[in-house]
Amino acid sequence: MEFFHKPTSFPFMSTRKMWYGLSVILMLISIGSFFGRGLNLAIDFTGGVRIEAAFPQAANIDAVRAALKAAGFDEAPVENFGSSREISIRLPPQPGIDSAAIRTKIEGILQTLDPGAELRSIEVVGSQVGSELRSKATEALLGALALIFIYIMFRFHTWRLSAGAILAVLHDPILVLGVFSVSRTPFDLTVVGAMLAVIGYSLNDTVVVFDRIRERFESSRRLEPRLVLDQSINQTLSRTIMTKVVTLIVVVALYVLGGPALKGFSEALIIGIVAGTYSSIYISSAIALDCGLKADDLLPSTDRKPVDDLP
Amino acid sequence: MLEFARWKYFLVVFVTIAALLFALPSFYQEDPALQVVRKDKLAMDSAALGTIEQLLGSRAVPFKSAYIDDGRAIVRFADVADQLKARDAVNDALATDYLSALTNASRAPAFLRKVGLRPMALGLDLRGGLYLLYQVDVEGAVSQLLDSYEQGFRRSLAAAKISFTDIVTYTSSGSSMPNALRILLPAGADVPAALAAVKKDNADLTFSVVNLADGPAIEMALTQAQITTRRDYAIEKNRTTLSNRVNEMGVSEPIVQRQGADKINVQLPGVSNAAAVKDLIGKVATLEFRMEDTQNNAAEAAARGRPPLGSKLYKMNGLPVLLKRELVITGDQLTNATSTTTNDGPAVSIKLNGPGGDAMLRNTEQNVGKRMGVVYIEKTRQTTMVDGKPVNKDLTEERVINLATIRGVFSNTFEITGLQAGEAGDLSKLLRAGSLSAPITLIEEQAIGPSLGQDNIVKGRNALVIGLLAIFIFMALYYHAFGLVANAVLLANVILLTALLAILHASLSLPGIAGIILTVGIAVDANVLIYERIREELRNGVTPQAAIRAGFEKAFSAIFDSNVTAFLAGLVLYVFGTGPVQSFAIVLLLGIVTSMFTSLLGSRALITLMYGGPRKITKLSIG
Repeated sequence: MEFFHKPTSFPFMSTRKMWYGLSVILMLISIGSFFGRGLNLAIDFTGGVRIEAAFPQAANIDAVRAALKAAGFDEAPVENFGSSREISIRLPPQPGIDSAAIRTKIEGILQTLDPGAELRSIEVVGSQVGSELRSKATEALLGALALIFIYIMFRFHTWRLSAGAILAVLHDPILVLGVFSVSRTPFDLTVVGAMLAVIGYSLNDTVVVFDRIRERFESSRRLEPRLVLDQSINQTLSRTIMTKVVTLIVVVALYVLGGPALKGFSEALIIGIVAGTYSSIYISSAIALDCGLKADDLLPSTDRKPVDDLP
Repeated sequence: MLEFARWKYFLVVFVTIAALLFALPSFYQEDPALQVVRKDKLAMDSAALGTIEQLLGSRAVPFKSAYIDDGRAIVRFADVADQLKARDAVNDALATDYLSALTNASRAPAFLRKVGLRPMALGLDLRGGLYLLYQVDVEGAVSQLLDSYEQGFRRSLAAAKISFTDIVTYTSSGSSMPNALRILLPAGADVPAALAAVKKDNADLTFSVVNLADGPAIEMALTQAQITTRRDYAIEKNRTTLSNRVNEMGVSEPIVQRQGADKINVQLPGVSNAAAVKDLIGKVATLEFRMEDTQNNAAEAAARGRPPLGSKLYKMNGLPVLLKRELVITGDQLTNATSTTTNDGPAVSIKLNGPGGDAMLRNTEQNVGKRMGVVYIEKTRQTTMVDGKPVNKDLTEERVINLATIRGVFSNTFEITGLQAGEAGDLSKLLRAGSLSAPITLIEEQAIGPSLGQDNIVKGRNALVIGLLAIFIFMALYYHAFGLVANAVLLANVILLTALLAILHASLSLPGIAGIILTVGIAVDANVLIYERIREELRNGVTPQAAIRAGFEKAFSAIFDSNVTAFLAGLVLYVFGTGPVQSFAIVLLLGIVTSMFTSLLGSRALITLMYGGPRKITKLSIG
């Protein structure tokens, strides 16, 4: 079995303006939504109380909401979580009330609705911890990007390839943030973990394509750069799609079977992997080309070599 | 010709066998179990085990097996209901001598346990339990250090017969002179003599002299290094104390660890009664012993609202009490505390460490017949909403719990009397576990029920198994025999990863399982890179064996590169992350290493076995 029985020759470079346009639109929507609507931050980042409870039968969300409201918990978001029997309740930070009191109170409310209701977990996060974690998560994302930028600079000798790689690496987490912002999927700590994995992973294909570009330039120096890039992407296409399909298989398994706690996490990975595949095929090489990539950038002639060995 | 060095085969075989062995216990399921230990921390013996078995028999609680492991008695049950019944029975009948805790026991055969092979540890999200995150008041610890210098200076100046107006300390919050103190001297005082007196025992401190309106003053500011050391000390000491308190409760496999600059996290698997636990382990009780100020009138000071110089104003049972600022000892110096009953009613009998005993001896020699106060300090954090934003306010409650006349000279053993009946027991328990050297506040908690943990394990396991199976089928269809090699290698990768996690005793969380699944995806990538390269070489008309060799060699740089960036991201995640996310990072980092090993060495070993040697190969089964 093979995805492509014959070597492919898709003209990726000549259609690049169209893909740029698509990426720019998607990025603008993402950034706009991120700054306009923001993210639906989970209590990891905002502080507050999160309760998971299970009913013996399908839970009546409206009844739970009404009962909570009657007990003085205004506008507590109640959602199904995982299955129709399980719900999650989110409360803002409760000043001066300790968790044991909240627990007893909520348990009481739920058990008047159904005596078989079971409070499965309760999480209380101080608002200070939340804001601290928010800044730490931002630092971690920026730190990972910075490290990877340094690595790219170090790895690709020419700024033309580096620019392509960096833009592709920025592209993917921005799209993940965009989708989370638009869809209001709760953004918790595990999603940050997934985004870091995406940042690390998204470069993977770009590196493989760039490696091939260097090899192609070596064997056919006189060929037009546009053709070399097209050939390189086509030659690695089968591998790119193959690995992404396999990775997606496991991540989708995780999304479907991993339970509600890992929904956001696997969603971020799915978006990141798809975006990463797209950006490594359509964006990173194209940008290098528009930056004026030539064989000479990658193939130092013998008298230039010592210069390249300098740090 | 395709070859693979013999030592590499040995390495692959050796690593695989070792990994299988270490990973084996993790593949068994777990039973709900009860752990019973002796309160006096002695190892459980078979007689004690017999007592428990007899008790459970008489209460008709069925159990699967009972044995002694590492000084603890472990009783396994078929289900959680029996486990809970057994705990109630043990708590009911044997609570005076034994502590019981809910736990899980692996079904792995006993011989594995006996040779020290254990399953990987599971995080709280997988086994249920209580997670608490405390913030340590490190600034309080620093101001405590300043206080102790202040007392030292008072003593030195008094000993050198140098009069001084007062010593003022400045803490870090809202002062222009953070973490410093100032010795105010009367106008015309002998500054060099005063300087010499305070410098005598404190060569490591730096002093400076300033001239104020009322006269000269000596300033001493703590250096950054001193502040850092003190903060670290406070956190480390508190960590030990929390550890001791947790151990007093007999929880199975608790974790108490420092997190970041000023936090401590406590993980208590199997604990469900959050309120009682928090009350006992998080009690921010510090004790200070101070002598009574008999020269001034407490009622007058209370009316004025300000204590006289050198004294502090407290309340005891609502009545004002004046104690000297000078500390006799702090709770840190206690080594043991037990509640007893004396002729004067309930009491706590106290033992001090060496320096504490010396200080107490010096103090009591000079102060027989005078009264000494025991100050109980409890810190709470109150959160109020101001303009829709929560604002934290730290409240410190300091009260004198006991003010008793020193009847004679004593040093490291004495009794505190005048307590209420219940008070003596609680106080001794808190004191025994050690007092916290700096106040702590609970800033985050999470209680996960055991059923949720069980659910998470099942979900994680299903996702892993189904994901792996799907990949196995796909790879076999796509790459035929090479796909089967890749599958064997993937399986080896999961086993190797499990073994490493078990060896490192890194606890596995739900995101950690997700990390294993993601690692499988990454590990496939390495194989795909190699196989695609081999196919390409074959298309270019290279002989099969040369194609295999070229495939491995040419794919190496791409595999290495793509893993470096994932590794960098994993590293950042590890440094930044806590708890479950850190578990994901560890799995990711280890997984990158194991997948490089298995796909570069393991897969090459298998393929060389299939196609290597002097044979003539005309076709590869690579789809």
